[in-house]
Order: sequence, then C-alpha cells, then structure tokens
Amino acid sequence: MSLLQIRNLSLSIHGAEILHEVSLSLEAGEILGVIGESGSGKSMTAFTTMQLLPDGAAPRGEVRLDGVDILGCTEREMCAIRGRDIGMVFQEPMTALNPLKTIGDQVAETVLLHEKVSRAEAQERAAEALTRAELPPEKFPMSRYPHELSGGQRQRVVIAMAIALRPKLLIADEPTTALDVTTQAQILTLLKTLVKQDGMAMMMITHDLAVVADMADHIAIMQKGRVVETGPTEQIFRQMQHPYSRALLAASTHAPERDPKPQDSPLLEVRKARRTYTLPAKTLFGERRQIEAVKGVSFTLKRGESLGLVGESGCGKSTLTRAILGLEEVQSGEILLDGEPVFTGHRPNDAVRRKMQVVFQDPYGSFNPRHKVARLVVEPFHLTPEVPRAEREARIAEALTAVGLTPADAHKYIHEFSGGQRQRIAIARALITRPELILLDEAVSALDVQVRAQILDLLADLSERYGLSYLFISHDLSVVRTITDRVMVMKSGEIVEEGPTSRVFDAPEHPYTRALIAAAPRLPEDAAA
Amino acid sequence: MLRYTLTRFLSLCLSLAVASVVIFFAIEVLPGDPASIMLGVNAQPDTLAALRAELGLDQPMVARYLAWVTGLLQGDFGISYTYRTPVAQMIVDRLAVSLPLALYALGLTVVIAFPVGIWAASRRGSVGDVSIMGLTQLGVAIPNFWFAMLMVLVFAINLQWFSAGGFAGWDAGLFAVLKSLTLPAVALALPQASILARVMRSALLDTLSEDFIRTARAKGLSRRQALWRHALRNALIPVLTIIGMQFSFLLAGGIIIENVFYLPGLGRLIFQAISARDLVVVESVVMLLVFAVILVNFLVELAYAAVDPRLRAR
Repeated sequence: MSLLQIRNLSLSIHGAEILHEVSLSLEAGEILGVIGESGSGKSMTAFTTMQLLPDGAAPRGEVRLDGVDILGCTEREMCAIRGRDIGMVFQEPMTALNPLKTIGDQVAETVLLHEKVSRAEAQERAAEALTRAELPPEKFPMSRYPHELSGGQRQRVVIAMAIALRPKLLIADEPTTALDVTTQAQILTLLKTLVKQDGMAMMMITHDLAVVADMADHIAIMQKGRVVETGPTEQIFRQMQHPYSRALLAASTHAPERDPKPQDSPLLEVRKARRTYTLPAKTLFGERRQIEAVKGVSFTLKRGESLGLVGESGCGKSTLTRAILGLEEVQSGEILLDGEPVFTGHRPNDAVRRKMQVVFQDPYGSFNPRHKVARLVVEPFHLTPEVPRAEREARIAEALTAVGLTPADAHKYIHEFSGGQRQRIAIARALITRPELILLDEAVSALDVQVRAQILDLLADLSERYGLSYLFISHDLSVVRTITDRVMVMKSGEIVEEGPTSRVFDAPEHPYTRALIAAAPRLPEDAAA
Repeated sequence: MLRYTLTRFLSLCLSLAVASVVIFFAIEVLPGDPASIMLGVNAQPDTLAALRAELGLDQPMVARYLAWVTGLLQGDFGISYTYRTPVAQMIVDRLAVSLPLALYALGLTVVIAFPVGIWAASRRGSVGDVSIMGLTQLGVAIPNFWFAMLMVLVFAINLQWFSAGGFAGWDAGLFAVLKSLTLPAVALALPQASILARVMRSALLDTLSEDFIRTARAKGLSRRQALWRHALRNALIPVLTIIGMQFSFLLAGGIIIENVFYLPGLGRLIFQAISARDLVVVESVVMLLVFAVILVNFLVELAYAAVDPRLRAR
C-alpha cells in the first residue's frame, strides 16, 4: 500500500471540471514530480490532497494518505492532519509569511497547534526545524521578521514550518520558481536531503522538467486536468510516449532558428555608468549607507546583435535597464544610443528614447485593463511627433500582424487574451515606433514552456525582418543561451564576464559564471524528444 | 523606531506651522477689514477705529501673526469680541462636553464596527453578510439628526431613560453626564460605525486572500484561527486610518447633533461665533481643530508602527 494513493480523482469547481480521473501514487521516501503547464490541474491536485479547496469545489474519487481517507475527513480532522501529516511549501516566498510575526513564532506555531507542549519547548523545536532548514538561529535569530530575510531565506522558513513535525508527506508547489538559480539549487538540495533524512514522501509540483529531472524518482505529466503519462523518471525521459509530453520536452529545449548578422557599427554604448542609492540611516544620527547598484559598467551593443545580460536579483541589472531606458539618470558615465545621449541636461531625450522600447516580464500587470488594445499599443507614440489618424490605424494593424495577431484584435480589451497573447501585444507595443533596439526584461520568464518557445521564435523572426537589436535581460540561463549572440554576466554591479554566448556557456572563465551554470537545472543528455 | 517617531513629530510641527499661517492670512488678508466685517455695515467710524486698535489691526501683519502665535503657544487665545471673555476659557468649557462626547461616540463606533466587520468577513457572501452590509448602507444613508429625533421620541420622551437635551455638567456626576451624552453619542456613532464596519470587512477580506493565510491554513489552523491570529492585525492599518479621521470629525462635526440635543459643544461654539462674526473665536477654534486633526494623525502613525515591524525599522 502506497503512502499516498490518489485514485480516479475528479474535481469540479462551481460545475466546471478541473480534474478528470487523476490517479497517482507515492511511496514513503520517494519524490514524485508532477509536471504541467498553468491550468493543467497540478496545483489543484495538491490542494485536494490538503483539502484546501476554494468554495464550490466538489472532489470525487479517492485520496488516501497512509490509509486515511482524506476526502472523507471532516474539516476538524483535516486541521489535525495539515501541518502534522502533510506539510506544504509554496511558490512565492516573499508573500508566504505573515509580515507581522517573527519567524520563530511562525515556525513554533506549527508545533503549538499539534502538540501539547510549552511555549519554550515549541520555540526549541522551532529552532531545531530552522537549523534543519539550514537557517540556524545562531546566525538568523528567531526574533527576525520576514522582511529582514531574502527570498531564499524566507523559503527556508516556510520549509522549516512544513517539516517541523516531520510529516509523512511534503507537498512542494513550484518551490523554486521565484528564486535565483543558485538559490534554487540550494533549496532543491535541501529538499532532497530532508526527504532522505526523514524518509518523507515528497510531491514536487513544477512546470520545469529540468528541475525534477535529477531529483524525482517518478514523474507524472499532466495536461488539462488529466495525467497523460506517468512512470519512473529515467524511463520517462528516455522514451516519452504521449505526444503532449514530447511537445513539452521539445519546448523546454527549443532553440529558435537564428541567422544573426551583427554589423560593426555600435548601436548602444554604455560607458562607465555608475549609479548609487542612499539608504536611510539605521539609527537616528547614524551614517547614511550608500549602495552602489551599478559600478562603472561599460559595454557596446552592435547593430543587429542580440546581447544577453545575466545576473541574480540585486546584481544591478534592473537599475542598468532603467538607466538605459532613460527612466533614471546615472550619476556618472554615459549612455549613448546611435551616438546620442539618452539624457541631455538631466532630461530624458525623447528623440533617442523612441528608438528603443521595452517588453517587461508580467503580461498581466503591464497593461491598463480599462483601455482597448489599440490604445495600449500606441502608448509609445507620446515620444514621437503627432502621427496622423489614418497612419495610426495602419501602424496598429501592422504591429499586430507582425506579432501574429489580427488587426481586429485592436478593438478588444486585454482580459480577452491569454498570457502568451498579451506578451505578443507587449511586443506589438514595442514595435509601434519602429525602434532599433528592444530591451527584453525577463520577457519570457512568466510564460509556460510551449508559449515561451513560440515567443522566442517570434523574437528571432522579428529581429531578422526588422533588423532589430535585442538586449535580453534574464536570470534564466537556458533561454539566454538560445536567443543571444553575446552574453554578459553581472554580479554586484559589475560585469564579471563577457563573450560570445557559446564560449561563455561552454568554457566559462569567471568562477561566478561557472557557479551559475553549474547551478542551473539541466535535462538529461539522452532525453529523447 | 526613534527615527520614525522623530520624523513624524517634525512633520507634525511643520504642518502646524503651515496651518497657522494659512488660517491667519486667510482671515486677515482676504478682502474686507476684519473689524468692519465684525461690526457689520452700519458701524460708526469711531467704534470701528476702537475695534481696530483692540484687535491690533494698526500693527504690521507679521507682528500681528507672531503675537497671535506666541499667544497660542502660551495658552492665550485672545478675548472674544462678542462675549468679552478669554477665548481659551470658552474653548476649555466647550471641550469638557465635546471631547467626552467624541470619545464616547468613537468608543461606540469601534465596539459596534469591529465585531460586525469581522463577523461579515468571516461569512462572506452568506445571507448574514449581505443583510449586515445592507444595514450598514442604511446606517450611512439615514441622516443622523433624523435618527437622533427618533431616539429622543422613544428613549427620552416615552421611556424617559435618557435626557432629551442639555448638558448636566460634570458637577452633576458621571451618571448624569452619561444620561445626557448617550443619545447624542449613539446618533453620532451609528453612521461612523457603518462606515468602519465596511472598511473592517473589506480590509479583512483582502488580507484573508493573501498567501500567508494559505500558509497558515496549511499548518493546520482552522479558518477561524487563521482569521484571528494572522489576518486581523494585518487588516488594522486601513482601519486605524479611518478611526483617526473619524475622531477628528466627531470632535467638531457634531454641530447638528449638538443643536438637536442642545449641547454646549465646540461645534455650536464655532457656529455661534461665525453667526456673530466673532473672528477671534473662529480663528482660535479652527486652529485648535487643525491641531487636533494633526495630533490624531500623528498618533495614528505611531499606531501603524506599533502594528507593523516594517515601519518600526525605518
């Protein structure tokens, strides 16, 4: 009898079928990777196992944990099971903790809820759990509040809460998606170690095949609420059967066909750019600390080139991006586009700015929901001289067609589009001024692998058709590898390595680049698509 | 925390300074001579000159401003032109009614709004929630003077539990004070409680949909426990903001209720002063009210810091 046995589980929410006849099993001490795109039902499977479902949810079928019929449990019984028998780790560590309570209290709460122990003993147990999650109280006092910790450290607090009572099952729902590659590698190693130490079973939910490739014993691939393929990890990667699984694997390793023709003339020149921020003093008359976000960065982007900028959060890449876009001035150094400065006399230079546009990460948050697509797409026109109405219409139609949409889409609202389509609209908005340079700031990071592959193809195609240059800013090494000609690695405000993409990835010189590449999850070499 | 408190305190002082300038010059500099406004169109030239001298209008403007501000700082608010008594004493007398009334009403507001808001939020979408929210709509919509009159009819005239109007004075004892202030406090509190309950409910609902509530539930907390232990304190920030605004409003905004219950409060003082064109009183009472608003905001900001460790760190 397996530790977790899910049999023919169906789930409908307000009548809409979310899961269809899902069957999964998981043994103690094993890791099951549940893989799928957004909307595939992978998280809902986990929430059904926890019985933490939204109102109007009606599960049918069977979920047994160590013999206990979960779907038959009352809410009171479930409260006793959650946290004690099943622990859960979530995707977004920045918001998963109560900002008003200390980390010690939050971990101790798990213990106090389920066991009749004194407050002091609960604190002791919390200290032990935090130590096991590699956040020892000697270094990170339990009196700290969540905002005093980084994302990776907060995820360790969530993990400590989940494992404090050594549950039988740990559910991890995209636990590393929001983290940097090196932090991701550390958290994955930690989870693996904990599973081994405690003989715990773990259900690892992710959209990234590479993440589970070298940690899961079994893999289940889900699509539209069904398990389409399941089996031992090695077998799955060697001989995928289901067309959807194959498509998923193909999309994760997809590299668009590119034929770069960089010219020798420079398009964007950044010379010794420096930007410092002054932080408020910690004490009343204390010294105000200075943070150097960008420390004298210089580089050149050639016309027609696709240049990657890689680095972890806090390395200064966002500051640099804002400076290039003319949203924030650098304190010293120069930024020239096409030989002209982005800032003239402390004012952003519109004539220069209209030659570059930007596409951001979040396809949901970067549009005003009250405007129609036509109006959203022409927003960059405020940088240009008045465009006649007839030409406007033509330009909108042209931009939408270029990104694979139709001119009729101009009259729709943004909520009528999927994430991938919205990112196409963002690209259309960037194309409208016929720029020479597009900054892609994590532009494909929030997308599912299949959609991501399509957008990468589109970008490759557009660069060829319009002779566009790209500055591709991302923390995702595998994507940068497929879409750039040259790459720069940024750490603590400096560019530590720069070179042709293939050279940097195959023979990294700087130890930090090596660490980054080593930390990035990889698919097995013999994975057959 | 010290830094946070001090910067807030500095901003309090600065706001007061700016407010005093605005109030002073609005009354003194705007077209029309204060003395002739106070005396009306038919004033005799010699009376006018005497009043101008009394008000110090023959002095330069900056000197008058400084004299006014130093007076305020020393508790000297000037002499009322109409009543010929020190304004400071008048304000103290009126505050003895208005301040307890405002606190009483605010206390009732909180005591009603918190349980109602929390109860409605925890039963979102239920019949109870919908009907309670409908009632709060009504509470906001019904004019409080009308409601006050109804209460006078029922509780003062028919049942004779409370007094229908007037203020017995503190010398008459706490019971007598409660007897005269309860109905006005209820009338003032009802619309405020309706507003605050709605704010409480929506702030709680926002917090309940946060990720950390899901984390708390995954630990094994019941819905109820998650609400009380994790959501409530997080929902307090918007609620505190509204409470601060309501207190300032209750202190001076009870003019109509004070009239209905014939209470000698600040609201009536300012109303009478405006009718009598007693600018000395108007100026001082307005300044006092501004001071109260700014002080309450300062206290609310300190309360934020007490609730939220992220603000304390600043």
